[in-house]
Amino acid sequence: MSTSTSEGQQHPISLYLKVWVLLFILSALSYMVDYIQLEGLLRWSLILIFMFLKAGLIIAIFMHMMWERMALICAILIPPLCLLVFTALMVAESEYTLFTRFSFFS
Amino acid sequence: MTTQTSSKAQGLSGFVQDWSADKEAFQVPWGKAMMWIFLLSDTFVFGCFLIGYMVVRISAVDPWPPATDVFALTIAGQSIPLVLIAIMTFILITSSGTMAMAVNYGYRKNRHKAAWLMLLTAFLGLTFVGMQAFEWTKLIEDGVRPWENPWGAAQFGAVFFMVTGFHGLHVSIGVIYLTIVAIKVLRGHYEKKGYEIVEITGLYWHFVDLVWVFIFAFFYLW
Repeated sequence: MSTSTSEGQQHPISLYLKVWVLLFILSALSYMVDYIQLEGLLRWSLILIFMFLKAGLIIAIFMHMMWERMALICAILIPPLCLLVFTALMVAESEYTLFTRFSFFS
Repeated sequence: MTTQTSSKAQGLSGFVQDWSADKEAFQVPWGKAMMWIFLLSDTFVFGCFLIGYMVVRISAVDPWPPATDVFALTIAGQSIPLVLIAIMTFILITSSGTMAMAVNYGYRKNRHKAAWLMLLTAFLGLTFVGMQAFEWTKLIEDGVRPWENPWGAAQFGAVFFMVTGFHGLHVSIGVIYLTIVAIKVLRGHYEKKGYEIVEITGLYWHFVDLVWVFIFAFFYLW
C-alpha cells in the first residue's frame, strides 16, 4: 500500500483525510469535556487521553514517524521522556512551595 | 503495510545496523535529520514553559482564573465557553491536513498543487495568528497584565502571554517559512534537487500544531 523509499514518504491522500477527520472528532470531544463541564478525575483523564491520541496521530501519520527507521524514532522520541522526570521533581517542589506559603505567609 | 525498496533490516536489528555500520546513523536527507533535532530542542523549550506553568499554578495561593469563563465569547446574546479557542484549534488542524497533502503532491512532483496547498496552509496559519491577536486584545481590555488580572492568581497573565505568545511566534515564523518555500517550489527551484524540503517544512508546521494540542489541553481545558 504505502512505500517509504529513498525518494521520500509516499502515502495515499485518503489516509491523511481519515486522520484529519479523526483529529476533528478528537478535538470536538475534548471541547465537549469543557462544554458539558465534567469535573475531577474523569475530566483530567479524558483531557489527557484525547491529548495523547491527537499528539500520537500527528506524530505517527502527519510527521511520518511510523515509517521512519528505528534509529531516528529512538533518537527523537526517547529524550523527551526526561521531561516526565522533570515534571515529577517540580510537582514535589511546587507542593513544598505552597506548603511554606501557607505556613509562613497566611 | 510498509515496503522498503532496499533490503535493510527493520526494527531493532535495523537500529543496531544503522548505529554500528560506521557511517551516517540516520538514513534520511540531512536537512530532515536536522529539522527533527531542532524540533527535539523546541520540545524542551515548550516542555519547560508548560512545567513552569504547572509550578506556578500548583503553588499559587489565590484561586486560578477559570479558563472556561475567561475565554468565553458572547455570540448572539449567549455566552459560549472557549468558542474562539475551539475555532482556532480546528483551523490549525485543518492547516496540518493541507500541509500533509502538500508534502504528498511534492513527492509526486506536482509542484503547482504542492505550492498552492502550502500557501493555503500559510493562509490558515495567518488566520490563526489573527484570532490570537483578537484574543490578546480582548484580554488586555479586560485588564489582564503579566502581573495582575481581575479574577484570581496574578501569575495567570504571565503564563498566558508567555506560552501563547511563544506559540504564536512559532506560527508566525512558520507562515513566513511556508510562504518562502512555496514560492520557491512554484518557481521550480527544487525540480532537480527533489521535494524533501516540502516535507521538512511540513515537519515544522505539524510540530506547531502538536504544541497547540498540549497548550489546548493543559492551559485552556485543565
